[in-house]
Amino acid sequence: MTTHSSTAEVSKEPERSEDRQGIDEIHILWISEGMSCDGDTVSLTAADQPSIEDLVLGLIPGLPKVNLVNKVLSPSLGGEDFLAPYRAAVRGELGPFILVIEGSIPNQNIIEGDGYWTSFGNDPETGEPQTLNWWIDQLAPKAWAVVAAGTCATFGGIHAMSGNPTGCMGLADYLGWDYTSQAGLPVVNVPGCPIQPENFMETLIWVLYHAAGSAPPPPLDHMLRPQWLFGKTVHEGCDRGSYYEQANFAKDYNSPKCLVKTGCWGPVVNCNVPKRGWMAGIGGCPNVGGICIGCTMPGFPDAFMPFMDEPPGSTLSSLAVKPYGAVISRLRGMTNELVNHEPKWRHNKRKLTSGYDPRWRP
Amino acid sequence: MTTTEARPTDRKPPQLVDMSWDPITRIIGNLGIYTKIDFANREVVECHSTSSLFRGYSVFMKGKDPRDAGFITSRICGICGDNHTTCSDYAQQMAYGVKPPPLAEHIVNLGEAAEYMFDHTIFQDNLVFVDFCEAMVKATNPGVLARAERTEAPRGEIHGYRTIADIMKAFNPFEGEVYKEALKVSRVTREMFCLMEGRHVHPSTLYPGGVGTMPQPTVFTDYLSRLMRVIDFVKKAVAMNDDVFDFFYEALPGYEEVGRRRTLLGCWGAFQDPKVVDYRYETMNTWGKAMYVTPGIIVDGELVTNNLVDINLGLRIMLGSSYYEDWVNEDPFVTHDPLGNPVDMRHPWNQTTVPVPQKRDFDDKYSWVMSPRWLDQRTGDHLALDTGGGPLARLWSTALSGLVDTPYIKATGHSVRISLPKGESLPETTLEWRIPQWSNTIERDRARPYFVAYAAAMALQFLEEAMGMVRAGETKVFENYEVPDEAIGCGFHEAVRGVLSHHLVIKDKKIANYHPYPPTPWNASPRDMYGTPGPYEDAVQGQPIFEENGPDDFKGVDIMRTVRSFDPCLPCGVHMYVGKGKTLTTLHSPTYGANHG
Repeated sequence: MTTHSSTAEVSKEPERSEDRQGIDEIHILWISEGMSCDGDTVSLTAADQPSIEDLVLGLIPGLPKVNLVNKVLSPSLGGEDFLAPYRAAVRGELGPFILVIEGSIPNQNIIEGDGYWTSFGNDPETGEPQTLNWWIDQLAPKAWAVVAAGTCATFGGIHAMSGNPTGCMGLADYLGWDYTSQAGLPVVNVPGCPIQPENFMETLIWVLYHAAGSAPPPPLDHMLRPQWLFGKTVHEGCDRGSYYEQANFAKDYNSPKCLVKTGCWGPVVNCNVPKRGWMAGIGGCPNVGGICIGCTMPGFPDAFMPFMDEPPGSTLSSLAVKPYGAVISRLRGMTNELVNHEPKWRHNKRKLTSGYDPRWRP
Repeated sequence: MTTTEARPTDRKPPQLVDMSWDPITRIIGNLGIYTKIDFANREVVECHSTSSLFRGYSVFMKGKDPRDAGFITSRICGICGDNHTTCSDYAQQMAYGVKPPPLAEHIVNLGEAAEYMFDHTIFQDNLVFVDFCEAMVKATNPGVLARAERTEAPRGEIHGYRTIADIMKAFNPFEGEVYKEALKVSRVTREMFCLMEGRHVHPSTLYPGGVGTMPQPTVFTDYLSRLMRVIDFVKKAVAMNDDVFDFFYEALPGYEEVGRRRTLLGCWGAFQDPKVVDYRYETMNTWGKAMYVTPGIIVDGELVTNNLVDINLGLRIMLGSSYYEDWVNEDPFVTHDPLGNPVDMRHPWNQTTVPVPQKRDFDDKYSWVMSPRWLDQRTGDHLALDTGGGPLARLWSTALSGLVDTPYIKATGHSVRISLPKGESLPETTLEWRIPQWSNTIERDRARPYFVAYAAAMALQFLEEAMGMVRAGETKVFENYEVPDEAIGCGFHEAVRGVLSHHLVIKDKKIANYHPYPPTPWNASPRDMYGTPGPYEDAVQGQPIFEENGPDDFKGVDIMRTVRSFDPCLPCGVHMYVGKGKTLTTLHSPTYGANHG
């Protein structure tokens, strides 16, 4: 008896058409002209699992061919040469494309007169600067998917803090939280100030698998963040969390203990960095001595300032954990004492005291 | 006053063409360069640099808790955010009167060393060198590429490439061997950074008063093993860069004129010596000179001063081509420094930012960048100092002062000697960077890999001293303090691409005034009230054009090489904003491989 299994069979195209509606080639049009420090692009180049060159060189199986257009990495000299694919996309002559926006979106409507907050190239007709808002208005309706890279683009971030002169906001605030792209996706938000490199690459790759027709849309939460990355709190992945459980808090930054009393917001912040590390498992925030300042959150930064004081809500919860934590800590201390000693039968006296019994049966 | 000298007159009737590059690629931030080029005499006759991004940090920092300043100002820059955090912490430590424990200084120094190694590597190999790669040289100077194919690389036994063209091929974006290896090295050095400072680019473990990094032996071992893995890459990079740059001088006689300006360099110093630094303003000259990169202002080859108090008091923020209302008639925040010296109204401590949006007019106001200048007391000139892209000024200043003398680095008065230990394939090596003849595009670029070597060598010393402390049980990394009701502070540091200062005024325990001055306002500044152009403008204006293409297929590679040699990084322009501009007749917008992406 034979079967049909063979390598040729396995690699065959799916027979049902609904299984194969994939896109073979896709452009990534990345605009970093939002109000930002471009730290998300820089962070992206730190990703190694996978790396940006792996993606661009087609080393990840099952993805469409990717043409990345990003100002920082572009081999072009700049100007119109660099802008050519963006202009083609505006004319509807380049597609499909994923629009990546980096930086927060200023409010142009608060400006009286001719000014603007940020621009991306000049209008070829008039020579006048072309605003970021103009580009988003042109490209978002045509985009196959829209991805917001970093907390500035997702929720407004630093530039949207109180006292700012630009009226900045996140991309979903600008486009509307009910916006959907050509692929029927909402804005895909990858917060982080900046993005954790691998969080971003993984999300982008999920979107690309979806484009290839081999994955469902990425699962997003109510703030449009990937659930598997932002579904848990910092605290739940922090290797100082057990100090909290034992009500053992650092009094200043010289300590390996829980940093809640010195300003850490980890218990209430959605972020996986202590668990995942910053890059290749190295670094992080509270796990390596940095207070969590909530940089992945919609309320960042104002809701978390002043950063170096104990978060207001945590006074009560850290107080409540005190009696329980103190008891647990004491009991653990006793147990620890016990397991930190060698058993009594390890000695060099003349008598064997290990309990050895050659005929022992259960 | 222009800082460019007159050039010989043997001129044909000019054939002027407007050329613009906006946005400039392979940099961080929004930069546009607008030029007039005389193709008959193959020379740039006019240059204006402008940026179209407003940030407003000095506006929204007001009224905030001063301890938050480092966390917020890190976000000024997406590539050297840690330099801002560190500089802010220096300024705060002066204001709070706190001296971090010595081990904290070493951890900060190790973080900064890794940052310099990371940033200079990714910038040079992945961004700058695309302008020197095979594909680009083929498109702009095919004759030079042909010659490169015939020219043997003199340092081939170190870097392993036979001809200059082989090196150029290795720099081709995304495909070349060195391009790919540099990306990998930039990750290893960033891991080293994360070991000390938690996260890159916005660090998580730096605080005013010290660090939160757990000073376990493991973090130092992990750092050391990575450093030793990249040490041969560093030696090879220096050899490869020297080969390519020497070749350019040889293949294109006169290339030293590209991007050349008067030597007007500023360096604010880096790497504190924990045995000396106490962050008091009163002793700033002493601990400033003890830094392992010596601060200094160099004019036409002469060291004007290496005193941080002089440097501080000479700072002037000028207007002229910028869209701001002058603040000279406001009340000053600081009338005298803690030593009793008068503080000028145009000093960052007294600056008030009042924006006045208006049209872009290259004959009048055309930039939201202000014009930082340094007042030379000897001549009364307001000098448009540049940073040489960072490394050129740092090495020049350190070499001239001759103060740094450590097991791995020695400043000789005319050079800096850098010793790197044996690596995987190359033996112990001593490199020597000598003060060059010119402050130009090639020398700015050449200094960069040497400074990577410098940072690697200093890292070895910091590691040895830090591990010694840890083994001796000296593991304190943070010192507590109270925020005073009223105080002033200043921080002087080197961002990767050059001078960085933060000036802070505290009233009622809140930020009353905060002005960060990063390298880019110095380098990218427009013409000031005296008409003095900013360094990008000055370096490009008057430079010869060597590209073989005519006006119809002109790429502008020589101009882009000059601008990129300064390591432009516009997010830190801070005050930048461009009003609606006038129509500029752009006859040609240069193109290169438009389908390249």
